[in-house]
Amino acid sequence: MTALLVFEQILNSLQYGLMLFLLAAGLTLVLGIMDMINLAHGSLYMLGAYIAASVYMATGDFVLAVAGAALGMGVVGLLLEFAVVRHLYHRDHLTQVLATFALILIFNELVRIFWGPQPLLMSVPPALSGPIELLPGLYYPTYRLLIIGVGLVLAVGLFWLVNRTRMGMWVRAGASNREMARAMGVDIRILFRILFALGAALAGIAGAFLGPIFAVQVGMGENVLTTLIVAIVIGGIGSIKGAFVGALMVGFVDTAGRAFLPLLFYHLASPDVASNLGPTLASVLIYVLMAVVLFFRPQGLFPVRT
Amino acid sequence: MIRLLPWLFIAFLGVFPLLAPGGGEDFYVSVLTKVMIYSIAATSLNLILGYGGMVSFGHAAYFGSASYALAILMREGIVSPWLLWTVPLILSVILSFFVGAIVLRTKGLYFIMITFAFAQMMYYVAISFKQYGGEDGLKAGRAHLPFLYLDDMAFYYVTLAALILSLGVLRKLLRSRFGLVLQASKENELRTIVLGYNVYSIRLIAFVISGALAGLAGMLMAQHTQFVTPYHLSWHFSGHLIMMVILGGAGRFWGGVLGATVLSGIEELFQNLTIHWQLFVGVFMLAVAFFGQGGLIRFVGGRK
Repeated sequence: MTALLVFEQILNSLQYGLMLFLLAAGLTLVLGIMDMINLAHGSLYMLGAYIAASVYMATGDFVLAVAGAALGMGVVGLLLEFAVVRHLYHRDHLTQVLATFALILIFNELVRIFWGPQPLLMSVPPALSGPIELLPGLYYPTYRLLIIGVGLVLAVGLFWLVNRTRMGMWVRAGASNREMARAMGVDIRILFRILFALGAALAGIAGAFLGPIFAVQVGMGENVLTTLIVAIVIGGIGSIKGAFVGALMVGFVDTAGRAFLPLLFYHLASPDVASNLGPTLASVLIYVLMAVVLFFRPQGLFPVRT
Repeated sequence: MIRLLPWLFIAFLGVFPLLAPGGGEDFYVSVLTKVMIYSIAATSLNLILGYGGMVSFGHAAYFGSASYALAILMREGIVSPWLLWTVPLILSVILSFFVGAIVLRTKGLYFIMITFAFAQMMYYVAISFKQYGGEDGLKAGRAHLPFLYLDDMAFYYVTLAALILSLGVLRKLLRSRFGLVLQASKENELRTIVLGYNVYSIRLIAFVISGALAGLAGMLMAQHTQFVTPYHLSWHFSGHLIMMVILGGAGRFWGGVLGATVLSGIEELFQNLTIHWQLFVGVFMLAVAFFGQGGLIRFVGGRK
């Protein structure tokens, strides 16, 4: 176990955590302000990846692919909110769960119809496929560094939006007390539509960037949704700061866990135990983290409403 | 008269295999066995969701873990029917107790998401054990009783007995003081607490009973199909169970049975129509979510 490996895993965690944050931010705001659970958020991510992959395969232009995914998902988000989601705000959680779960099935099948059941291959753009030398002897894939960069920029952008703009003020007001915010004149419905579309666009961007790393296939949304939910629960529903911290924690624990836990077991126990227990424990590490956090803080680390 | 309909259904289930000419109708016996197993599972969820107000999105965990327990026991060479029939159930009870003890401290959105997360955790644990099938699943078998060899017909009746038992348990519970307080806690939690009832304990007990019944269903499923699949631990399956309960009528006695039967029928129907049947199931689910409050049982009448 070298310092190089540790550093590389830290960067990988940062990359994964930042992308999770892009997804978590959208979901937690929906949850926090409108008290609405949206299971289909993972599907928005999946759709974004598919759009980006298609644009990239058609034009070879990666920037265009990302922009296409962002814009496309923004539009899809607006349409979805108008057609389906806005009817769910005043319904109970059970109905929301059922309806958004139904949306997942629908989206999955629609993707299968339009793009076929085979996964799409999206390769890292050639210009970005080489490694960059960060420090003497320390190489890191350029593409992942780009993701970290974009993630940080978007994160800063979101923070600025939520904390330094009028709209952000409305968002925070709505998250902490929706009725009062409405009474004070905030048009929650329009705000919400914009937020939902923004969340969808962010999900699309995350999908576009992660497409070359993970496979672009039906069901990729569900895998990420589980991790997202853990991140949001840890961070505290409704809080962007919570989503950020939660996503980074989950990113770190998951990446580092998968990389180092099997190694740890290999040193401590016999090889068969290590090869079985190691990966198993690594895959559930984030749930253990969630359980631990909830034990001390049942509402997450940074709850918006106490 | 309408009140007798569900009982007629049970009677129908009782005589169907005897009426059906042997041989060609095996398929239907198998389908009905599956429907009965899902009915048990949906009824168990109905107890906590419909009557208790706990939206558990992780119910598949108790179903699937019992299935896996059975398959793993068989894989390890255990053949004693005493062990095979009881260990998976005990496992479900223990699991639902520990998970329930933790998750029942939360409520609302958190409860939904945490039950979801715990079930997913078990899903990932199950698929990570390569020697127990990983993502492909694991072969199981029938746990033949010393006095009864479980061919398809015998197994059908064992399942029917289990279904009647589950419904009996539900009825007994609902009419007891325990059941009344459980329903009260759904209607007005604060008031129930103020009246002096320990709502947490009552909910936990209900959660464990529900988990045990789900485990019973899971164990039966593993024996029925002689195969276990991680799907039965997934949140997809949890979502399906919720769908069954809502479709049939949450908080209605026959809601689980009705929902399981109708949903299974609808899925069979769509599967025969098109390869993209999941789209139609999704649309159907959306429609039920928006318009189906009260469940199909509204049209049939009957009591709670």
